[in-house]
Amino acid sequence: MAFTFAAFCYMLALLLTAALIFFAIWHIIAFDELKTDYKNPIDQCNTLNPLVLPEYLIHAFFCVMFLCASEWLTLGLNMPLLGYHIWSSPQIFLGVLIVSVSRYMTRPVMSVPGLYDPTTIMNADILAYCQKEGWCKLAFYLLSFFYYLYGMIYVLVSS
Amino acid sequence: MQQPLSSGHGASLPNSSTAPGRHQQVPSKAPLRSTAGHCDFITYQNSYQVPVQNIIRPVCPTSLDNTQGSGQTYSTLSMDSSLIAPRGPNMITATPVQSFVDTSQQASYITEHYPSQVPYIVPSQSTTQVLSTHSASINHAYPGFSYQPTSVFNTQHNAPLNLQNLHFATSQPLFNAMSCQTKILPKSEQEHPPASFQPYHAGNTGTSWQPLARTSVKKPAGFTTKPVALSSTARSDMSAGFPFSMPHQIKPSYSPSMTNVAKPPVSVAPLAQWLPPSTERLTSATASPASASKVQDGVDSSSSSSSSTNASLPNNYDSLEGGSNQDLSSSVTEARAPFDPSSLMTTKQSGDVHPNLQPVYLKPSSKVNHLSSSMKGLFFQNKQQAEARKQINLLQERNILPPVPIQCPQSNLSPELRNLNCSPDLFRCTLMNVPQTQALLNKVKLPFGLLLHPFRDLTHLPVITSSTIVRCQSCRTYINPFVSFFDQRRWKCNLCYRVNDVPEEFMYNPLTHSYGEPHKRPEVQTATVEFIASSDYMLRPPQPAVYLFVFDVSHNAMESGYLNICCQSLLENVDKLPGDSRTKIGFITFDNTLHFFNLQEGLSQPQMLIVSEIEDIFIPTPDSLMVNLHESKELVKDLLKMLPAMFTGTRETNSALGPALQAAFKLMSTTGGRISVFQTQRPSIGVGQLFSREDPKQQSTIKGLQHLGPATDFYKKFALDCSSQQVAVDLFLLSGQYCDLASLACMSKYSAGSVFYYPSFHHIHNPTQVEKFQKDLKRYLIRKIGFEAVLRIRCTKGLSIHTFHGNFFVRSTDLLSLANINPDSGFAVQISIEESLSESSVVCFQAALLYTSSKGERRIRVHTLSLPVVNSVAAVYTGADVQAITCLLATMAVDRSISSSLSDARDALVNAVVDSLSAYRSTISNLQKSVLVAPNSLRLFALYILALLKQEAFGTGLSIRLDERVFSMCEMKTRPFVHLILMIHPHLYRIDHLSDEGSITVGDKTIPQPPIIQLSAENLSQDGAFLMDCFSVMYLWIGKNCTNSFSNEVLGFSNWDSVPQNLDRLPELNTLLSRRVTSFVSWLQDSRPFLSILRVVKDDAPFKANFFQRFVEDRAEFALSYYEFLLHIQQHISK
Repeated sequence: MAFTFAAFCYMLALLLTAALIFFAIWHIIAFDELKTDYKNPIDQCNTLNPLVLPEYLIHAFFCVMFLCASEWLTLGLNMPLLGYHIWSSPQIFLGVLIVSVSRYMTRPVMSVPGLYDPTTIMNADILAYCQKEGWCKLAFYLLSFFYYLYGMIYVLVSS
Repeated sequence: MQQPLSSGHGASLPNSSTAPGRHQQVPSKAPLRSTAGHCDFITYQNSYQVPVQNIIRPVCPTSLDNTQGSGQTYSTLSMDSSLIAPRGPNMITATPVQSFVDTSQQASYITEHYPSQVPYIVPSQSTTQVLSTHSASINHAYPGFSYQPTSVFNTQHNAPLNLQNLHFATSQPLFNAMSCQTKILPKSEQEHPPASFQPYHAGNTGTSWQPLARTSVKKPAGFTTKPVALSSTARSDMSAGFPFSMPHQIKPSYSPSMTNVAKPPVSVAPLAQWLPPSTERLTSATASPASASKVQDGVDSSSSSSSSTNASLPNNYDSLEGGSNQDLSSSVTEARAPFDPSSLMTTKQSGDVHPNLQPVYLKPSSKVNHLSSSMKGLFFQNKQQAEARKQINLLQERNILPPVPIQCPQSNLSPELRNLNCSPDLFRCTLMNVPQTQALLNKVKLPFGLLLHPFRDLTHLPVITSSTIVRCQSCRTYINPFVSFFDQRRWKCNLCYRVNDVPEEFMYNPLTHSYGEPHKRPEVQTATVEFIASSDYMLRPPQPAVYLFVFDVSHNAMESGYLNICCQSLLENVDKLPGDSRTKIGFITFDNTLHFFNLQEGLSQPQMLIVSEIEDIFIPTPDSLMVNLHESKELVKDLLKMLPAMFTGTRETNSALGPALQAAFKLMSTTGGRISVFQTQRPSIGVGQLFSREDPKQQSTIKGLQHLGPATDFYKKFALDCSSQQVAVDLFLLSGQYCDLASLACMSKYSAGSVFYYPSFHHIHNPTQVEKFQKDLKRYLIRKIGFEAVLRIRCTKGLSIHTFHGNFFVRSTDLLSLANINPDSGFAVQISIEESLSESSVVCFQAALLYTSSKGERRIRVHTLSLPVVNSVAAVYTGADVQAITCLLATMAVDRSISSSLSDARDALVNAVVDSLSAYRSTISNLQKSVLVAPNSLRLFALYILALLKQEAFGTGLSIRLDERVFSMCEMKTRPFVHLILMIHPHLYRIDHLSDEGSITVGDKTIPQPPIIQLSAENLSQDGAFLMDCFSVMYLWIGKNCTNSFSNEVLGFSNWDSVPQNLDRLPELNTLLSRRVTSFVSWLQDSRPFLSILRVVKDDAPFKANFFQRFVEDRAEFALSYYEFLLHIQQHISK
């Protein structure tokens, strides 16, 4: 039993995923508040937008870690979400490469990083989409949390 | 097949310009018709047409009354101010609301012309009348008025006139004088009945001919089945419940004369020449059968025994709905053309054929036997058959446009409820019969949404002052006419179905001074009311009216000369700015620096403070820049006089709009109010700087068209900041070059402002724009304004709001934040059905607008709309309001073109037609593949969508500049639908031989009412003069061979050649024709808040292209003709 780099990656991912779970819960609560009229969309967007990039960065960060640790299966499991984030992320994050990607194209013209535009967020379709996204991410992070736990123990035990 | 058709149908421009005489055209059209086996037709057709006409006209009036009815209702309420006078605990006062135009002239006009409307109003009133005594008295009054217009008999266009009147009336103040006169009425009514009721009679006669069958159907079926039925029910109500059952009495005697009347309209169209003979024939022909049937109807107007009688009554109403006549006839697809209201024109075109009775019979023989039987009054039809009859074969039906404005279709609601409903001008739904489930809605493939115009200028509106505003405890719905009362003490909310207690105060009715009759309170009597709100409805003390004007004074701006005009207009109207003693005003000018003006009371002259630091804006003297208008009025006037001269000869070409806006926001943020920005070029320095994005190469391909969205989010963020501080920004863009309106407009879009755009404005070179700017500005300055407003739209449980369209900030799922609200902004809302509505038979929508008036009062204006729920596809189609659908689709398409692309939006529009028509088609069995059918309610759908595709916003023409396109899109989103539909599909009139027949009387003026002509250039003739009303522009087209008398008598020039190109107004000449034309044109102008520019178009005039572009039925450079468009749709459907 040795403390390998892979084990370290899993531990780190475990902690970071816990953070992401909180992000997802925050996201869900925020949109629920919007829907039930407790919050002003401007305020809500101002609180949500700063969280978008950190979430993406954290996720991308441990994906890179897994890459370095050659945990191909784990990396593979994370690729869809990474792809989704890249696809939906703002220009600042990915530079000009992604300009042609459609979600970026539909991102409102904004001078700050983030995805949510207070003038369109109340559209029923967008609201429903964002809520669904929140729940899906929460489920994904929860599952991956337990998977990382399992992966960490497995790595520790097997090595 | 396409070739011949297109030649006839969509005459290309060249043809149109040299439009051949009507007779010549006939041959070309003939081939088209032939498919329907028209050969025999022609004779029949003509003969038949007259009856059709009869039907048609009545239709309009009746429908009018329905549509306008609600509007009238409340106006009447307020009219009896004595009744509403403050009494007891609750004070209820009737307050006249500012009308569009407050000129005394109009006022007088209203009173005068009102009589003619009266007949129509009566029915609607009758239902309401049950409720309260005062309303009853009103009803009486109306009849009295009705007698006045004896001349009506002879007039041709009665029906259209009335329609117009009503239209107008809603926006006009009604006078108490009317009520005074009314008392006399009852007796006179019996004496003179014919005159007043003429419209109905006409309908009866027409109906009596053929439609008996339908009536029979409807009566038994009950109202639920058809929207049409409502009118009939209303009528029957009248007869039954109303003391003056005028219709019945009048009818029998009057019918013959009616027929006479009816005919003229038919002939009215271009071919007045052969009218006389036709009329004679008609009279003889129609008189006998029609009168007979009519008499019966009149006698037992109620839905009683004999099938024939029953039938006739309902028929009227059906027909009234609008196009119902077509429905009747439409059972046979081929036969339709003749029946159509617009068929008038067809007959004319077809030639000199004289109308002979038979068309009805003809069709039956050709196809449907039951029709003929119906004629004899023998047969009953079941509901489904009636529905089926409503199909219209678009490819066959050439003239689908009725000669009078279309009215909103009627819902299946019971007449009592329907008459309580909010006026369709204020609040309407695209589907007047609401589908029960989302699945049903998906099946129908029509957009479901609301269009509202919540702050429209109303003539009268009940204003209620009460310490407690009664609302539902759980959903906060305001009490409205559609709630139900239990045992006087409790009421059930019609939106969430909670049972609430009736407060003690509400038990007292100040109108009748009675206690224990909560259901007779004005809140429960009218669907549009205004409450004076208590302090519970304030977050802070009501703000004063605050106006800040921001002027561009760069070189470019001074060149255009707008500032002079603007200051002049402000000087004239500074006293009329809405407000009270607290009103504040301020001015900022900017080029590459900012100039503030200290107007503090006590100064001898205004002080100009220049701030050249535009990176980090500060306000030099925060207290003295926004000043009390009344205390500093002299200084303000001085400044306005000095301002234009102050910057003449400036060499500064840069424009620091962004910093100026930031400064303006800082000045306003403590109070809220209105910022009016006048901008003449692209902002070039400081924040909010914009770059040219217009690329001439891109314009050429619709696919490559970009930049419809903003380039920067500065203006959006600015607008959101403004919105949160209750500041609205109105933008006046006066510019020759590209200004990136797509970015600039954001400042108004999200702060609930408005955008005005004057392309190539120049004080010398472009007098028409100058005139328009002046008039717009005047209206803008003195129109009503509400501050710190919110608009909440509630709907019955199970429905939810999907998307809002308009200028505002959406603060919550059902709440719009409007920093300012003005009477010229409209809103659209898409609705989705979340749960099945099977529990309820009726759904309600309530729009509540909470605002601070310019007098510092907090007020709530509440509009309630109630609609029936239906579970059959057919019923949904019958209730489809094609105008509302078109307007809603337009706003949706604007969104689509910004978020996706213009070509996507165009495809979506076409698909909307294809989907709905193919969905409709799938509900009908055994149709031939080549037949393109539409329900009667949607017969104009394809036409409107085609017109939409040819709008500047969605058009493919190379010449449309980006700013103009964007502006057109802004208009689509914010114009009230009444105006928008006219912009989309203009009205064309022939005005070179206007006659007084069918005219309406306004004040001492007689307003002729020419029929509306289809928008095809082939309807133009070189020997006529035509007026096209496109809402913002009116084109006067003068044919080459137009008689010299026209140019002489109307335009004041000896002949056609000497009429100048740039004539922008009609002279007032002392000739009969001139009086008629000018009164008609000014009447049209008065019916809208903003002036329309008048442009004379001759063959060589520069506006010729613009003019002919509006002929939506014709083929244009990159656009299909109407017929081609239909073929295109048909291809899609049959795929």
